[in-house]
Amino acid sequence: MNFILPHLPVLQVAIPLIAAPVCVLFTFGGHRKLAWLFTLAISWVCFLIAVALLSRVLLDTDISYAIGNWPPPFGIEYRVDPINAFVLLIISGISAIALPFARLSVEKEIETDRHILFYTSYLLCLTGLLGVTITGDAFNIFVFLEISSLSTYVLIATGVRQNRRALTAAYNYLILGTIGATFFVIGIGLLYMVTGTLNIGDLAERLQPLSDNRVVHAAFAFIVIGMGLKLALFPMHVWLPNAYTYAPSLVTVFLAATSTKVSVYVLLRFLFTAFGPSYDFVTLTFEFVLLPLAIVAMFAGSLTAIFQTNAKRLFAYSSVAQLGYMMLGVSLSNIPGLMATILHIFNHALMKGALFMALGCVMYRLGTVSLGSMKGLSRSMPWTMGALILGGLSLIGVPGTVGFISKWHLILGTLEAGYWPIAILIVGSSLLAVIYIWKIVEVAYLEKGINREEIVKEAPISMLAPLWVLVILNFYFGIDADLTTWVARNVAETFLGAGA
Amino acid sequence: MIDALISHYNYWLIIILMMLGLYVVVSRGNLVKKIVGLNIFQTSVFLLYISLGKVTGGTAPILTGKPEAFSNPLPHVLILTAIVVGIATTSLGLALVVRIRESYGTIEEDDILIAERSEDASKINGGSG
Amino acid sequence: MSNQSVLILSILIPLIGGIGISFLRTAPNLREACTLVSSIVLAFVVYSLLPRILSGETVNITFREILPGLALEFNVEPLGMLFACLASGLWIINSLYSIGYMRGNQEENQTRFYIYFTIAISSSMGIAFAGNMFTLFIFYEILTLSTYPLVAHKQNSDARSGARIYLGLLIGTSIGFQLVAIIWTYLITGTLDFTPAGILKGKIDPTLLPILLALYMFGIGKAALMPFHRWLPSAMVAPTPVSALLHAVAVVKAGVFTVLKVVIYIFGIEFLSETGASTWLIWVASFTLIAASIVAIMKDNLKAVLAYSTISQLSYIVLGAALANSLGILGGGLHMATHAIGKITLFMCAGAIYVATHKTEISEMTGLGRKMPFTYAAFTIGSLSIIGLPPFAGTWSKWYLALAAVDTSSWLVIGVYMLSSLLNVWYLLSIVAKGFFAPSSEINDPSPETIKEAPLLCVLPPCLTALGCIALFFFAEGIVDLLRPIVN
Repeated sequence: MNFILPHLPVLQVAIPLIAAPVCVLFTFGGHRKLAWLFTLAISWVCFLIAVALLSRVLLDTDISYAIGNWPPPFGIEYRVDPINAFVLLIISGISAIALPFARLSVEKEIETDRHILFYTSYLLCLTGLLGVTITGDAFNIFVFLEISSLSTYVLIATGVRQNRRALTAAYNYLILGTIGATFFVIGIGLLYMVTGTLNIGDLAERLQPLSDNRVVHAAFAFIVIGMGLKLALFPMHVWLPNAYTYAPSLVTVFLAATSTKVSVYVLLRFLFTAFGPSYDFVTLTFEFVLLPLAIVAMFAGSLTAIFQTNAKRLFAYSSVAQLGYMMLGVSLSNIPGLMATILHIFNHALMKGALFMALGCVMYRLGTVSLGSMKGLSRSMPWTMGALILGGLSLIGVPGTVGFISKWHLILGTLEAGYWPIAILIVGSSLLAVIYIWKIVEVAYLEKGINREEIVKEAPISMLAPLWVLVILNFYFGIDADLTTWVARNVAETFLGAGA
Repeated sequence: MIDALISHYNYWLIIILMMLGLYVVVSRGNLVKKIVGLNIFQTSVFLLYISLGKVTGGTAPILTGKPEAFSNPLPHVLILTAIVVGIATTSLGLALVVRIRESYGTIEEDDILIAERSEDASKINGGSG
Repeated sequence: MSNQSVLILSILIPLIGGIGISFLRTAPNLREACTLVSSIVLAFVVYSLLPRILSGETVNITFREILPGLALEFNVEPLGMLFACLASGLWIINSLYSIGYMRGNQEENQTRFYIYFTIAISSSMGIAFAGNMFTLFIFYEILTLSTYPLVAHKQNSDARSGARIYLGLLIGTSIGFQLVAIIWTYLITGTLDFTPAGILKGKIDPTLLPILLALYMFGIGKAALMPFHRWLPSAMVAPTPVSALLHAVAVVKAGVFTVLKVVIYIFGIEFLSETGASTWLIWVASFTLIAASIVAIMKDNLKAVLAYSTISQLSYIVLGAALANSLGILGGGLHMATHAIGKITLFMCAGAIYVATHKTEISEMTGLGRKMPFTYAAFTIGSLSIIGLPPFAGTWSKWYLALAAVDTSSWLVIGVYMLSSLLNVWYLLSIVAKGFFAPSSEINDPSPETIKEAPLLCVLPPCLTALGCIALFFFAEGIVDLLRPIVN
C-alpha cells in the first residue's frame, strides 16, 4: 500500500486512461455487460482515489507530483490542493453514482453494437476531465481538455438513435468547442512567450512584474474567452441547449454535472492563481465583463427555460442561468462570493445530476421527455416525479437544500460588495426558477393523465436508487454543509489571499 | 515603426491566417468548409508556437559539442501534440459530417435547419409532442 | 417526559399520523380514525407544555448549525405556545369537520388531502416553536409548499390558477423580500436568534430601519398586507376544511405570528417605538383594514367575503404590532386567538351550507337560516365575535387594541377601528339577516323542502367553536396572563 500511496495523483488519471483501450477489448465476444461492469469498477476506483486525495489534502498539505520525476517547473507537475481535490471528488463521485444508472439507460437509448465503444469514450471523457483538474501545467490542461471534448462530441452524437439532431448538436459543439480550446491555447502560447514557463505556480510568480504587459493582457483575454466558450458563459452558450437535449440521458447527467464545472474550475485557476485579483485588468474584467454577463445569463437562461416544452432543454437553459450564478460569485471576488461559486460547483452538480437522472428515468419509460407526454405522470411514476420535484426545490434554493446554501453565500457576497440591487436580482431569478419548476409540477401532478398505448410503470430500481442517492445528498449537504463550506472557505481564502 | 512591423512579419501573417480561418468557420454554410476553416485557424496557432520558439541563427537542438545557439524545442514539441489533437478533431468532425449527410441528405447548414423546422412543425401538428 | 422531547414530539406527531394515513389509504374509516387520533394526541402533548410555560419554564433545543450562527433551533415562548395551542386544538375540531365535509361532498383524493394536512400542521408547529428566524423561515416555506396541493385539490383549471397565484405570491414575497431581509439582518448582526429585546438595536442605521421593516412585512406574504393579499381569495378554491383551518388559523396566523415575532424579537418594540420606523406600517395596515372590509361588502360569494374579512382582521394584528407598545402586542396576540376561533366557525358554517345546499353565493342563501337553524346560530355567534360585541371573545382583543391606540394617542387608528367594526356589522350581519328574515328563494331552488341541516359532523364542529367564542370571553384573562411575560 505504501508503494501506491505516493502515486495516487498520477493513478487518478492513468487508471481510466489505460482502462479505455482495455475496454475496447470487450468487443471481442461482445461482452456488453462486462464493459459496463468494468467502467463501473474503474469509476469507483477513481472515486476512492479522489476521496483519498481530498482527505490527504485537507488533513495534510498540498501534494505536488512530478510526472516521470522531472522536477517542476521543467517537467509536468500534478498539483493537488483543496479546490481541485474537491472538483476531482465531484467528477468521480458523479460518475460513480451515475454508472449504476447507466446500464439500462444505455441499453435503451444507444444502438447495441455501440455500447462498448460508448463506454470507451466515456472512460476517455472521465480521463480528460480528471486530467484537466489535477494537472498543474497549462499546456497539459489543453491536452486533457481536448481529450474530454473529443470524447464528449462522440458521446453526444450517440444520442442519434433517439433523434438525429444529436449529430448536428455534436457538430456545432465540436466547432465551438474547438474554437474555445484554440483560443485557450493561444492564451497559453502568449503567456509562454513572455514568461517562458507553463507551470501555473511558476507562471503566477513570473507574471508579477508583467502586469502592464500588453501580451499578458491579450493572453488573459484569450483564456477568459476560450474558457467562457467551454463553460457556456452567456452569450457563448449556444452550443449547450442542443447538446444537453439530444445527448443520451447518461451523457447529459454526466456532462451537466461535471464538464462545465471543470471549465469553471480552470477559469478560477487562471483568474486567481495565475493572474490574481490584484491586477487592474483582472478586476476590471470582473466588474465590467463577467458581472453584467452573469446577471444577463441568470435572467436570459431562466426566462428562456420558462418557454421550453422539452424538459431536458428546459433544464439545459436553467444550467445557463446557474452558470451565471457561478460567474457572479467569481466576479464579486470576495470571500462569500467565491465560496458561493465553489459551493455551487458542487451543489449544482448534485441538483442537475438528480434532475437529469430523473428525466433519464422518464426517457427510459416513455422514450420522450416533452412536457406534453408527461401529463399526469406522477401517478404512474411517483418516485421519479417526486425526485424531480425535490431536485427542483433544490434548484430554486428552498432552505434545507443545497441550493439554499449556495444562494445564501451568493447573496452575502453581493451584500458585502455593496451591490444591493444585485441581491434583489438574484432572488428575482430564483422566482423564475419557481415558475419553470412549477410548470412541470402542474403537468405531472395536476393534469389528467393521457391515454398511452401501454401502461407506464415506475422506473426500475437500478435507475431509481442512484437517482434517490443524489436527491438525498441534495438534502444532506443542505443541512450538514460543514464539509462543503469548510472546503469552500479554505479555497476562497487561498485564492484571495494569494492575490492580495 | 516600419521596422517593428517587418521584423514581426510572422505574427502579422499568423493573425491574417487566424482571421481568415475564423471567417470561414462563421460565414460558410457548408459543414466541410467550416471544418476547413477550423483547420486554417488551428494551423495559424501552430505557426504561432513554432515561430516563437525560433531563435535567430539557432539550429535544431542536437548536441554536437560545438557551442551553438539552439532554437527552443519545447514549443515545437508542444505543437506536435496540438497537431495530433487537430487531426483528431478534423477526423471526428468529418465523421460527423458523413453521418449528418446520411441522415439529412445534405451538408448545407441552411437545408438542415429547414429540415429540422419542418420536423418541429409536423410534430406540433401531429400533437404527439 | 422532558420538555425537549415534548417539543420534538409535537412536530413529529402529525408527520407520524401522515405516515399512518398513507398506509391506511385503502381503509377510509381507519384512515380518518388515524387523523383524529393524531390530532387528539398532538393537542394533548401541546397542552401538556402549557402549565410549564405558564410557570415560567423555558424549553430550548438546538440542533446542528447549518451555517455559522444558523442553527435549527426550537424555543418555546408564550406567543408560540399560544399559536401551537390554537392550531393543535382547532385541528381536532377541523378533523371531525373534514370527515363530514369530504364524505358529504364525495371528494376525490382524500388520502392525499389528509396527508398534506398533517404536513401543514407539523410545519405550523415548527413555526410556533422556531427559536430563530432561520428555522421559522424553513417551516414557513414548508407550510406554503404543503398547502399548495390542498389548494389545488380539485385539479380543475380554476383550482390550478388559484393555486398558482397562491404559490406565486407566497413564495414570491418570501424569497423576494423576506429572505433578503433575513440575510440583511444576519449580515449586520451575525445572528438570527429571537432575543427578547430584539437584535437590531444599535446595529443598523435608523434611516434604513423602515426599509428593513418593509422587507419583512411585505415579505411575510401570509399576513396578507395589501398589495400582497390576492393569494387569500385565490386560495378559496380549496375545499372548505382547508379554508377553515389553514386560511383562518394555520397559514394566516402563521403570517401574523411571524409579524409579531419579528417585531418583538428581531426589532424589539422599544427600539421600534423609539425610532418610529413603524409609522408607515400603521398607515398601510389601516388602509388594508378598511379597503378589505369595503371589498368584502361588495362580494357575493360567501367564502370570498370571509376571505376579505380575514385580510381585514389580520391587519388588526399587524396594526397592533405597528403601534409597538405592550398593549398592542397583547391585543395582537389575543386577536390571533379570538379571530381564529371566530373565523373558523364562519368558514365551517359556509362549508356546511355548501354541503347541504351546494350554494356559494350569498344572494342565493335567502331564508336558509330557518332551514338550518344550528348552522346559522353558530354563524351569528361567530359574526358577533368577529365584530367585537360582548359577550363574545372578539370583544377583548379589540378592547386591548383600542387601548393600545389610546396609549400612543393614535386617534386615527381608533377611528379606523370604529369604522371597520361598522363595516363588519354591515357585511357579516347582512348575511345573517338574509338567512333568517328574507323570504326563501323559491324561484332559484326547485325543491326547497329537501334542504335540511348538513350531516352531523359538519354541523357539530361549528357549534362547538361558537361555544368556544363565548367561553373565550370569560377566559381571555388566561391568554393575557400567558402573553404578559413577553411585554414585561
